[in-house]
Amino acid sequence: MAKPARVLLNVPAIKADFPILQRKVRDKRLVYLDSAATSQKPKQVIDATSDFYSRYNANVHRAIYELGEEATREYEGAREKIAAFIGAKSPNEIVFTKSTTESLNIIAYGYGLKGKIQKGDEIVGTVMEHHSNHVPWHFVKDHKGAVLKYVDVNDDGTLKMEQYDDLLSKRTKIVTVALCSNVLGTINPVKEIAKRAHEVGAICVVDAAQAAPHMSIDVQGLGADFLAFSGHKMLGPTGIGVLYGTPVSMEATEPLLGGGEMIREVHLGRAAWNDVPYKFEGGTPNIAGAIGLGVAVDYLTRLGLDAIRAHEMEITQYALEKIGRLKGVTTYGPKDVTKKAGVVSFTIDNAHPHDIASILDVEGICIRSGHHCAQPLMERFDLPATARASFYVYNDLEDVDALVAGMRRVQEVFA
Amino acid sequence: MSAAYDLYQEQILDHYKRPRNKGPLPGATLNARDSNPLCGDEVVLHVKLNGSEQVSDVRFEGQGCAISQASASMLTTMLKGLTMSELRAVNREALLKRLGIPLSAVRLKCALLSLHVLRLALGEPKDLRA
Repeated sequence: MAKPARVLLNVPAIKADFPILQRKVRDKRLVYLDSAATSQKPKQVIDATSDFYSRYNANVHRAIYELGEEATREYEGAREKIAAFIGAKSPNEIVFTKSTTESLNIIAYGYGLKGKIQKGDEIVGTVMEHHSNHVPWHFVKDHKGAVLKYVDVNDDGTLKMEQYDDLLSKRTKIVTVALCSNVLGTINPVKEIAKRAHEVGAICVVDAAQAAPHMSIDVQGLGADFLAFSGHKMLGPTGIGVLYGTPVSMEATEPLLGGGEMIREVHLGRAAWNDVPYKFEGGTPNIAGAIGLGVAVDYLTRLGLDAIRAHEMEITQYALEKIGRLKGVTTYGPKDVTKKAGVVSFTIDNAHPHDIASILDVEGICIRSGHHCAQPLMERFDLPATARASFYVYNDLEDVDALVAGMRRVQEVFA
Repeated sequence: MSAAYDLYQEQILDHYKRPRNKGPLPGATLNARDSNPLCGDEVVLHVKLNGSEQVSDVRFEGQGCAISQASASMLTTMLKGLTMSELRAVNREALLKRLGIPLSAVRLKCALLSLHVLRLALGEPKDLRA
């Protein structure tokens, strides 16, 4: 038997904050193991978004009246919280977007396609990126003639760092990498990756969608020139994302959306942009979403990111040990939880991942199955699909036990 | 057994584990392939017609979940001896009746993949709403 794991968070108290975790699915306790897709929301976040609409709904930045003042104060207050959360030097380095996807598209479009990238310039990515950190760069290749290169992974799911060194050259202008893989859970050595990128004069773009919810991030320490993440994976609302950029990188980036808010002045046929970050926030933003994300950041900060990380390491260790004892089950990605976030992708012999998910669903267990928007990585491992369980602050060892019991049930059905 | 285990009834598992008419069919008259972009399920269908335009043999190849592959296997058992007009008349209701399981919207796509491939083999556009 595995040694009893030390769980550092008070999970019963946390669960009580999440209204959805009180419901049942087909008379079974809801076991939610799909937080890498989207996290559940605590009542504090739900109440904060609802409060905005019930008490001080107004558009931000230009209203002269009290409601507008309050809305602007809360919206900008959220920006300050997020800046502090990732160690940015100033709230002006934080742009509100709708998602990680939009943030990455702003960089690819504004810095790549409309900005500095010329024909023959090289962009280095990795095979483990989510589609949202692949496809925007395809646009830069297709429209500017940029050359895309990819760092492969070792069989254990870590990046081939010596290959990365070989790919870098004076032609490299952008290196783009996930801080944490959404399939393998691999935590990539981004500090080292950024350092080597800077040595050849390239910038480093970091997709932190899977990292920001689960571990302490310091953009200065990482050396990120841009960093993107989403609110909905970190207890916040859907439809709100973040783009961080250094002042130099942001100034070198053209806006993606033209419209209100993002301008300094407009004349017929021409306009001048507003200052960073507002030049990237054309149109009325997701005000309630930003405020809700600010409260989600408060919630995570109160739990402590180091405690969250330790909690997830314990659960992941327990899961890897229990799943490792099942015959006919394969897990993917690092086995060392110090190199891995709380994401466990697996396959079961003779059972397709969709069938695994269907059977677990009967037991009230929510997991993901498919290619996880990472088809190049699936091809690398020659897999059509995997099943994936992912853990967060409201999960405990009982949830892992339920998962493993469900996996045994799958094996019975497909024996 | 609770409702969703109905999905994996004996006949489904039987066709998944012991697929009928699986493999290549050299000299097939009609061939088509399609995949489900959501999950990567893949079905290839081969139909051989005789001189009087009747299905003399049928085979499928593919990979994917139990529902998609059992559905393809079951579909092949419904086609032998059919004329072209009978082949065109094989529809969603007929296949779902043969499957005999309750299906959610997402799993319906798995179940109907083989029928889409038959439509493609017949040169008809696939019905995305089906």
